Amino acid sequence: MSVRSLVHGQAQGEVLRLGEPLSFWGGFDSSTGCVIDRFHPQHHACLTGKILFVERGRGSSSGASVLAEALRLGTAPAAIILVDDDAIIATGALVAQMLYEIDCPVVALGDREAWQRLSTLPRLSLEAGAEGVKFTQPAG
Amino acid sequence: MLDGRHGAAAADALGLVLRFAGAVGAERLIDCDQAHVDGCLYHGQASLDFVERFVASRGRVRVPTTLNVGSVDLIHPELYVGDPALGAAGKRLMEAHVELGCTPSFTCAPYQTLMRPKRGDQLAWAESNAIVFANSVIGARTNRYGDFIDLACALAGRVPDYGLHRTDNRRAKVRVDITGLEGASADEAGGIAVAAGLIVGRECGDAIAAITGLPAATGEDDLKALGAAAASSGSVAMFHAVGLTPEAPDLESATGGIDVPVLARLGKAEIASVLAGLGTVKDGAPLTAVALGTPHFSLTEFDRLIPMLDLAPFSVPVYVNTGRHEWERLVADGSAQRLEKAGVTVVVDTCTYVTAIIRDLSGAVMTNSGKWAYYAPGNLGIDVAFGTLADTMQSALAGRVVRA
Repeated sequence: MSVRSLVHGQAQGEVLRLGEPLSFWGGFDSSTGCVIDRFHPQHHACLTGKILFVERGRGSSSGASVLAEALRLGTAPAAIILVDDDAIIATGALVAQMLYEIDCPVVALGDREAWQRLSTLPRLSLEAGAEGVKFTQPAG
Repeated sequence: MLDGRHGAAAADALGLVLRFAGAVGAERLIDCDQAHVDGCLYHGQASLDFVERFVASRGRVRVPTTLNVGSVDLIHPELYVGDPALGAAGKRLMEAHVELGCTPSFTCAPYQTLMRPKRGDQLAWAESNAIVFANSVIGARTNRYGDFIDLACALAGRVPDYGLHRTDNRRAKVRVDITGLEGASADEAGGIAVAAGLIVGRECGDAIAAITGLPAATGEDDLKALGAAAASSGSVAMFHAVGLTPEAPDLESATGGIDVPVLARLGKAEIASVLAGLGTVKDGAPLTAVALGTPHFSLTEFDRLIPMLDLAPFSVPVYVNTGRHEWERLVADGSAQRLEKAGVTVVVDTCTYVTAIIRDLSGAVMTNSGKWAYYAPGNLGIDVAFGTLADTMQSALAGRVVRA
C-alpha cells in the first residue's frame, strides 16, 4: 500500500490524534467542532483547524453530510490523515470542495507505523495532489 | 458528458462520481440501472445546498430513482410534533429531490411495492436495510452508497465499478450456523431472523456471512428484518441465507467452494438471550406505545396484522410505518379504514425512530423490529421492549409487556 490522496488540497496546523475511529454522524457536533460520542476516549475534544489523525471512519454514511456542514461552518479539521481509505469521509470533503471551494485534504497512508510516526509531530503542513502527498514540518 | 453535452448538472455530478471513484480506487465507471437516494433527512444547510445546486442547473436524474424516508409525513403533516424550522427545511429537501425527477416514494423499502430491481441489476442505493435486501434477497448489486454519492450517480447514470458490483467480491467469507430451529413457526421465525441479523452484524462486521439453519418458515419479510438488524449492529451490506437467497442455493455456491470460518453457532438458548438483550425493560413493564414497520411494513405484513385487530380496542397507541404506495393499496381495499377503526396510526413517508411522531414517550415502547429496538433508545431516549408481531399486539391490548 502506498500513500494516497483521496481529496486533494493543502493544509497546515496542529496535529491531533484520535485514539479510536470516529463516526462524524452522531459522534461529532458540526456546530461546535467537538467530539460528542460519550463512549469515545476523546469525548469533548475540539477538532477545528487540526491536522486530524484518525485511523478510519465508522458508522452511517450521513457522516459525509455532517463533515460537509462542519466545513461550511468553519468548525471542521484542516486535514484528515487516515490509515485506510474511507469513502464517507472522502465524500464529505469532496462535496465541501464542490459547494464551497473549501479544501480539507484527506490522505490514506496505508501504513499504520508511518501514521503513528507522523502523528507524534506537534505541527504539520501537507500538500496532497494526484502526483502524491508531501508532508513538511513547519518552522517554529 | 463531462463537456456538458448532457447539461451542466450531469457534468457536475459526473465530476463528483469520478473524484469519488478515485478515492475508493475504482478504475472505471459502469452504467447504473436504478438509484435509491437517502438525501431527505436534513443534517444542516449543506444537505440543502447540494440539492439546490442541481435544481438551479436544471438537473434531472438519468435512471429510475426512488427516495428514502424524509423528516415529515407529507400525507399526514399534522403528525409531526418537532421544531417547525427543521420541519420546513426537511420538507423543502423532499420537494427539491422531486424537482430533480426522483420518484416521491419516501420509503426505506422501495423493493416492496414500488420498483423492485432484477437480479444482476447494478444499483446506486443508499439506506442500509435496502442495500442489504437488494444484494442478498434480490441478487442485485450495490455498494453501501449514501449521502451525496447516491444522487450524483443518479444524475450521472453511472456507478464506480468496485466492491459488490463485481462477482468475485460477493462470496461469503464467514459462516453463522443455527441449529435445532428449522421447524419454528412463522411468528417465531421473525424473532429468529432478528437475532441472527444482530449476531451477523456484531460478529462479522462488514464480511459477508453465509447463514445456515434458518427456519423453513422464514419469509421475505423475515429476511428483510434480518438484513435491517445486521446493518444496525454492523456494517453489513450483504448476507447469504443458504437455501433461501438467490446466490446461495447451497453453501458451496455461497462461499465459492472455499472453507470459511464459523464465527457463531446459535441454538434456541442463544437466540433467546440475544433477543432478551435487545429490550431495556422486563416482561410486565408498562408500555406507552407499540411501533411497527421499521423497515416499512409490507402488504404481506399488513395481511398478518389485520386479523389481530379483532383484539381492539388497545390500551396504548399502535403506530405502523409504511410507504405511500402501500398506503394507497390499503385505502383502496378498505384496510385503511379497518386500521383506523382499531385505533392504529399509519405513518407514511417517514419513520417513528428518526422523527418526532410518537406523542407520549414517557414509558417503554414495544416493537417487533430489531432495527427500531437498536436505534430508538439512542435517537429518542426511551426504553424499548422487543417481541414477535403477536407479542406486540397482545401487549398493546394489555398495556404492558406480555408474550403471546
